Amino acid sequence: MDILKVVNIEQKYQAENGEITALKEISFTVKKGEFISIVGPSGCGKSTLLSIISGILKPTNGEVYVSGERVDGITSHIGYMLQKDNLLDWRTIYKNVLLGLEIRNTKTQENMERAENLLKTYGLYEFRDKYPSQLSGGMRQRVALIRTLAISPDILLLDEAFSALDYQTRLSVTDDVFRILKQEQVTTLMVTHDIPESISMGDKIMILSERPAVIKEILEIDFEMETRTPLTCRKSPKFSQYFNHIWRELSGNE
Amino acid sequence: MNNTKISAERAAYLESRGRTKKLILAWQVGILVFFVLSWELLAQFRLIDSFILSQPSRIGTTIINMVQYDLMNHVWVTVYETLVGFTLGVITGTCLAVILWWSSFVAKVSEPYLVVLNSLPKIALGPVIIIIVGAGTEAIIFMALAISLIVTVLEMLNGFRHTDSEYIRMASTFGATKGQIFMKVVFPYNIATLFNSLKINIGLSLVGVIAGEFLVSKAGLGYLIVYGGQVFKMDLVMSSVIILAVVAALMYEGVVLMQRVAMRWYNH
Repeated sequence: MDILKVVNIEQKYQAENGEITALKEISFTVKKGEFISIVGPSGCGKSTLLSIISGILKPTNGEVYVSGERVDGITSHIGYMLQKDNLLDWRTIYKNVLLGLEIRNTKTQENMERAENLLKTYGLYEFRDKYPSQLSGGMRQRVALIRTLAISPDILLLDEAFSALDYQTRLSVTDDVFRILKQEQVTTLMVTHDIPESISMGDKIMILSERPAVIKEILEIDFEMETRTPLTCRKSPKFSQYFNHIWRELSGNE
Repeated sequence: MNNTKISAERAAYLESRGRTKKLILAWQVGILVFFVLSWELLAQFRLIDSFILSQPSRIGTTIINMVQYDLMNHVWVTVYETLVGFTLGVITGTCLAVILWWSSFVAKVSEPYLVVLNSLPKIALGPVIIIIVGAGTEAIIFMALAISLIVTVLEMLNGFRHTDSEYIRMASTFGATKGQIFMKVVFPYNIATLFNSLKINIGLSLVGVIAGEFLVSKAGLGYLIVYGGQVFKMDLVMSSVIILAVVAALMYEGVVLMQRVAMRWYNH
């Protein structure tokens, strides 16, 4: 079943000195539980695409459907995670996790328990009364993820969500996050500029072209593994094949 | 860490730090004692005219006399006027800042007015205020309000505008309304700004009150100073100024204390 359907998205920006077309003829569908990585040259409009899907930004043309429902403004079906964790310094971890529920006025007993369970499952429950400044970068990013998952989104959008972390933390956090997402069966779209990261996490990789961005290719990733994790993928011999393929696609259109 | 035994280097470090602290305190007290003592001695030996410059011992007796008479009433009048002006200034100023943050259109329209009002010495409005609100406590409070209001608006607005835009973006990804963004992100983010503006304002309100009392009053420390000057009782003027300094410092410390409590509450 297609949980997300994007139809013929076009996005134009009006600037003082002219019109810029950022996205053109973007159409694709995503199945429930899939992990889609989106790569493309910098400034090609990857993040714009996520903003449109999330409903924050209204596209110039085209439609987005989540579970058959047309997206018009921010919906509770979509969770959006940004590059920085943006945990509020003055709130405890637990209160930070509840922020999304508070904003959506869905701070019910049931949802609060769900948030607590997420904290417990992912090893952050004992830090619930701590403040963000007392946690490491990797832990903070996991808290930010739980804050997003607490609103029970059907689709999760990750916008360069790990690029602010240092390399080592990043590897272990992506591993954790991947595990969390598969376990919670969250459909995910991740924008990244890191090709290895896109391969190690994605079921499919969407390669966008230079501006005006169109979809060049949607690459299926299959490591032929029973239980894949980002770290085991990186060790697979197919990893470098995928890497070379994407590299060529991104740089080979001179 | 080893708590029972500290290394010789650590002990030396701690000792030298303690010594510096004591030295600073000694100098601070020393300067005051030297100043008061030389003032007193110079006056005693008639090297300065104590009729014009007063002298510490005379100030001391004056203060004691004032306490027995109605000093507390004067202090209370000044403190009351300052606190009312201060509170009004902070509340109105913050509310106006919220409006300007909310609507960038209103903010842009009012910008030139704010700039002019901010640079205008508000004391110049004194006579106008007296004529409009009447020659009484209201005029003094109004003066305190006039002096602190625009500064609060500008300071708070500046703080609101400098809220980390990523925080705001994060809140909007959850579909936060403008009101929610303000209550959950912008305002708590600016607790420190608020207290900085409170610290500036308590001083400014006092300036307004004293200026107001100079112009129109029947009581208050500003009244005592003006009265003392008019009848050439410099002891009274000096004593009032010293009491005013103490009152000002205490009110400032009051704000600092409030800040500490609020910050602990907000974990800043």
